[in-house]
Amino acid sequence: MTATSPARPAASKPSPSAEEIANRKIAQVIRRHGAQPDALIEVLHQVQEIHGYLPKQALDQVARQLRMPLSRVYGVASFYHLFTLEPPTPHRCAVCLGTACFVKGGADVAARLEQRLGVKLDDAAGNGTWAVQHVSCLGACGQAPVLVVDGVLLTKLPIDQPEALDAVFESAGMPSAGAVPA
Amino acid sequence: MSVITLSVNGKDVAIPEGGSLLEATRAAGVEIPLLCHLDGLEPVGACRLCLVEVEGSNRLMPACTTAASEGMAIHTHTHQLLDYRRMAVELFFAEGNHICAFCVANGNCELQNVAVQVGMDHSRFPYQYPQRVVDASHPLFAIDHNRCILCTRCVRVCDEIEGAHVWDVGSRGSHCHIVAGLDQPWGEVDACTNCGKCVDVCPTGAIFHKEDTTAEKLRHSDRPALLKAARDEHVWRNQ
Amino acid sequence: MSSSAQTKPARQLRCCGASGCRSAGSEELQAALEAARDAAGHTAQELAIKPVGCLRLCGRGPLVACDGPGGTTLYGAVPPTEAGALIEATRNYDHASDTLQASRLDPQLPFFALQSSVVLEGCGQVDPESIDDAIAFGTYSQLRRCLHELTPEEVREQVKRSGLRGRGGGGYPTGLKWDTVALQPPGPRYVVCNADEGDPGAFMDRSVLESDPHRLLEGLAIAAYAVGADRGYVYVRAEYPLAVERLRKALQQARRAGLLGSGIDGTSFALTIEVRVGAGAYVCGEETALLQSIQGQRGMPRPRPPYPAQSGLWGAPTLINNVETFAAVPVILREGGDWYASMGTAGSKGTKVFALSGAVTNTGLVEVPMGTTLRSVVEVIGGGVPDGTPIKAVQTGGPSGGCIPAELLDTPVDYESLLELGSMMGSGGMVVMGETTSMPEVARHFMRFSVNESCGKCVPCRAGTVQLAQLLERFVERRASPADMAKLDALCRMVKATSLCGLGQSAPNPVLSTLRYFRHEYEAACRQPALCDRP
Ligand SMILES: Cc1cc2nc3c(=O)[nH]c(=O)nc-3n(C[C@H](O)[C@H](O)[C@H](O)COP(=O)(O)O)c2cc1C
Ligand code: SF4
Ligand code: SF4
Ligand code: SF4
Ligand code: FES
Ligand code: FES
Ligand code: FES
Repeated sequence: MTATSPARPAASKPSPSAEEIANRKIAQVIRRHGAQPDALIEVLHQVQEIHGYLPKQALDQVARQLRMPLSRVYGVASFYHLFTLEPPTPHRCAVCLGTACFVKGGADVAARLEQRLGVKLDDAAGNGTWAVQHVSCLGACGQAPVLVVDGVLLTKLPIDQPEALDAVFESAGMPSAGAVPA
Repeated sequence: MSVITLSVNGKDVAIPEGGSLLEATRAAGVEIPLLCHLDGLEPVGACRLCLVEVEGSNRLMPACTTAASEGMAIHTHTHQLLDYRRMAVELFFAEGNHICAFCVANGNCELQNVAVQVGMDHSRFPYQYPQRVVDASHPLFAIDHNRCILCTRCVRVCDEIEGAHVWDVGSRGSHCHIVAGLDQPWGEVDACTNCGKCVDVCPTGAIFHKEDTTAEKLRHSDRPALLKAARDEHVWRNQ
Repeated sequence: MSSSAQTKPARQLRCCGASGCRSAGSEELQAALEAARDAAGHTAQELAIKPVGCLRLCGRGPLVACDGPGGTTLYGAVPPTEAGALIEATRNYDHASDTLQASRLDPQLPFFALQSSVVLEGCGQVDPESIDDAIAFGTYSQLRRCLHELTPEEVREQVKRSGLRGRGGGGYPTGLKWDTVALQPPGPRYVVCNADEGDPGAFMDRSVLESDPHRLLEGLAIAAYAVGADRGYVYVRAEYPLAVERLRKALQQARRAGLLGSGIDGTSFALTIEVRVGAGAYVCGEETALLQSIQGQRGMPRPRPPYPAQSGLWGAPTLINNVETFAAVPVILREGGDWYASMGTAGSKGTKVFALSGAVTNTGLVEVPMGTTLRSVVEVIGGGVPDGTPIKAVQTGGPSGGCIPAELLDTPVDYESLLELGSMMGSGGMVVMGETTSMPEVARHFMRFSVNESCGKCVPCRAGTVQLAQLLERFVERRASPADMAKLDALCRMVKATSLCGLGQSAPNPVLSTLRYFRHEYEAACRQPALCDRP
């Protein structure tokens, strides 16, 4: 979500920094959940929506305001796959390795992506710009094999036709192997 | 308090109602290996070494977490169980980096003791040589993750007995590791009271006093039970 | 508010808007159809365009069902450019374009004709975002009847008579579980719906959530009444955003309509239901881990007993059932437990929903009576492998299940038969594998999944699955030795027997079942095949 505020006459007070705004939003989220420790996962979801990931300083704030041990908050944040503790790369793909996609060649899609982008599957740092992760079923099994590139679902990938597959990658905006510094 | 009777390896024993299968094995004078369990801490059933066979059930039950009931008949040392235990210990050795000759706990390590108990002298499974670190940031103590077996005794003693909850488990699966605070250096975590209880209970050489060198670690694994008894029942046996 | 329910228009187009079809472009198609209708000068009264849930043949999405005086016609994979032609065809099919003719699906296809509609009776019929439509379809009438006419004991009696067993995988008798919870000492109780559906290749629960959420809420509310609970949770995996959205909407509508909250339908019965969204952890489908997760903790299972029915959320008796289990309850009460029990086999009553995918012509949702043979599901309903080559195996039960070889396809699908074959019912994913699929690779695929999803609490699963995956790697790369075969066997048995929860206990199943039926593929991967010990 991007915060866009309507044009307003210049305020006399100095406007709060982005960090302060984020902190306030987090405090609000926690209040909305009645500062109940069992809301931790819900709260972390929303913190991640605010920051794009879970920065340590936000986890610290969550722990203090929910009055929980730091290590418990970290334990939960690092347990669940959908929480990320590092800032994400600008571009991301998720390749499905669920059973239906596996049967239809999902692993080949992953291998070709690794090669093309010069990244390792499930290495969140990727090549600095692109990272490729695996997911286990996106619920589009009927259209297998599938891939999500920056939020766009690409279905029925032509794994038997390398050129066609490259064309799909190309049109999804992925640089080819040569364009990536080794 | 009412009493229940059950049999352990064919021998009848009587224990107070509400007791666990572990208490029953102790009453029968039978020793079974334990790694995650420690008297005085909430049992978690994680290491799976104390599994026993229960007649009439096709599932193995952890003695430390299973409540004993009237008329149960359990077996603690069948061939199958010995086999499984040895394999579990092999898995423990293979998943960490245990270089016993250089360890503070050498000769006084519960993992070593269990290996002897189950007759494991080498692992059939390849060593994984995971990349793990040593954190010596605490003024008095240090944690060497290479030797950690994830029994979570440190987590529980710090939470349940000391009340500081410095430790927890981070990540999941084979990436699990013990974390202090927000995965910070231990020395930076304000919550630590320097009480040393986690050092007392760690079954291996993973958490130790900095002054200890090879084979010098002393353990006080009876303390949680003593402290719990003092707190809950107001009886002091720690003179 | 939807008027379609009150006065049924002469003709209507039902457009599937569930995830499968959305990923195939159903939203664009629906918008194009609305525009084409307006352009053709029809009003919504004459020709309704109704968003509905899954129409079952998801692999041919986006699907549209066309209801008219002459019956119902189905169209699959309709491109938005054909919207005008489709609107035209609602009046006069003879004028349909060639493209449209090619999109037409014969309702007499075994895929449709051999299916039952019990749990899925509202899927593809009701508008999942409209409570009025659901009520017009009959939803909530059984809840009302229970509250006004039946005691909790009578409700439980019907569920027991139905023989319904848990659809989440374990197959535990539902009525018995309800009794256990109801008969705990007085105090607070909870009901929890397990909608964490994590098995790759399974999308039955998602379809129910996206297509007919009010049916689930009705079943959950009836369960709460039957066991004396006044709070409930639905735990949905975060990977199902549309399901979460629709469920939240349904809850809001039900609260507003006085069907949830306090004093429901003028009685003293009160029930609050909350949605909890997971965060990507398969193990949270395991019931004790799920309870941990609802309480905001790491999803680490704990040993049972005590079972959640005795000690669950915050230590209180807690009823946990799967989505499909709850969704079957309203029909059971409407038609009676005996009616439900008349379908299926001696030990497995009623119908079961399967998600059919993989190397199969017709991919989608299939509801059939228990005891239907695997062959009729995958060959007749599913239509076999697309290129006509033989089926090699059918995988059921996801990472906890096994691969059933083609020669055993005449096995009836029920809990016991599948267990006997070393697989299991699981939640209902069915993945068809063709000749080219290598079984050691399949086994490695599932083992990697388990390695990834192990919570890490107990050593057999945390470290054992890693070793098993590495052993399987040697077979896939054809550098295994006979000793590896022995190790594989021994370690599988150990992990199965000693792991703490169902994840570890069933992680070896895909290996054991492929070893049982496709041992030659493992032997061929050994350097000295002749030395591999035979069982
Ligand atoms: C690893 C694992 C994953 C599971 N995943 C699910 C799931 O996604 N959905 C589900 O309903 N049950 C799942 N179960 C089964 C549940 O633990 C539980 O038995 C079930 O929700 C009970 O409901 P039922 O009696 O209606 O089947 C899983 C079990 C295990 C061991
Ligand atoms: S020394 Fe005491 S307070 Fe500090 S981590 Fe160990 S048990 Fe916790
Ligand atoms: S550090 Fe020691 S006590 Fe803590 S989990 Fe590891 S082995 Fe157990
Ligand atoms: S079997 Fe696996 S998932 Fe289950 S408790 Fe053990 S480590 Fe966790
Ligand atoms: S397996 Fe890939 S979408 Fe289901
Ligand atoms: S001592 Fe019982 S499981 Fe570890
Ligand atoms: S999702 Fe549209 S038919 Fe199943």
